[in-house]
Amino acid sequence: MNWGGWSEFWAMGGYGFYVWGSYAVTVAGLAMEVVLLRRRAREAKT
Amino acid sequence: MSAAIKWYWFASPQTFFPLAGTLARWSGALAALLAAAGLYVGFFVAPTDAQQGEAYRIIFIHVPAAWMSMFLYVVMAFWAAIGLAFNTRLSAMMASAIAPTGALFTFLALWTGSLWGRPTWGAYWVWDARLTSELILLFLYLGFMALQAAIDEPRRADRAGAVLAIVGVVNVPIIYYSVQWWNTLHQGASVSLTRAPSMASTMLTGMLLMALAFWAYSIATTLARVRCIIKERE
Repeated sequence: MNWGGWSEFWAMGGYGFYVWGSYAVTVAGLAMEVVLLRRRAREAKT
Repeated sequence: MSAAIKWYWFASPQTFFPLAGTLARWSGALAALLAAAGLYVGFFVAPTDAQQGEAYRIIFIHVPAAWMSMFLYVVMAFWAAIGLAFNTRLSAMMASAIAPTGALFTFLALWTGSLWGRPTWGAYWVWDARLTSELILLFLYLGFMALQAAIDEPRRADRAGAVLAIVGVVNVPIIYYSVQWWNTLHQGASVSLTRAPSMASTMLTGMLLMALAFWAYSIATTLARVRCIIKERE
């Protein structure tokens, strides 16, 4: 286990902005693609 | 049914449609499981890096995204070439279905790389051979999509896109070997088939799990998208 608590986890040793900025945009990008694909599949059906 | 006939059977968009749906669902579920395992190993098992501290944890998405960006381009060019050579409808549809996912992973490789570069090199962006050739890859994906979108007739759009995709494939080895051919700020490969990886084994495990997760994710989205394309065209 690497972290003493949640605040340490979110701080990422002072690199929180870079680490979470990377992960947040990656998750957002993948989620957006899935949402757009679902919408396209729905529209293609009708 | 012989193997050859089976291939022709699934080369027809109508017969491939239900199979693609089943495979997409299973790949999607597998991607979620692998990502959960990969993130657990990446954040809770892999130790802090001695040189880079916690900033290195970007590696768990940066390297897999960069791998996928190159691999998906080669697969896209492969299907485009098959479509061009044999005039098979499904091959060209596969190429079109891969492009947006490939473009997304290319963007994510650049984005995470930039956020990693700032704390380690002191700059979000440098015009280094690795970064520049990866940016060109993004433009190739976007160019392929824009070209296909600009041509109304689907078969003509397929052929034009295929030529662009095949010409652009020359960029992939340039990206891969850029760190050896030029004196780049970007570090060399941490993982190669010919020698032991230069990182702790738990770090490597986390990275490989995330790479497999992105792989499964790409299969799921590509197959889901090819189903949309089949529906829209046929």
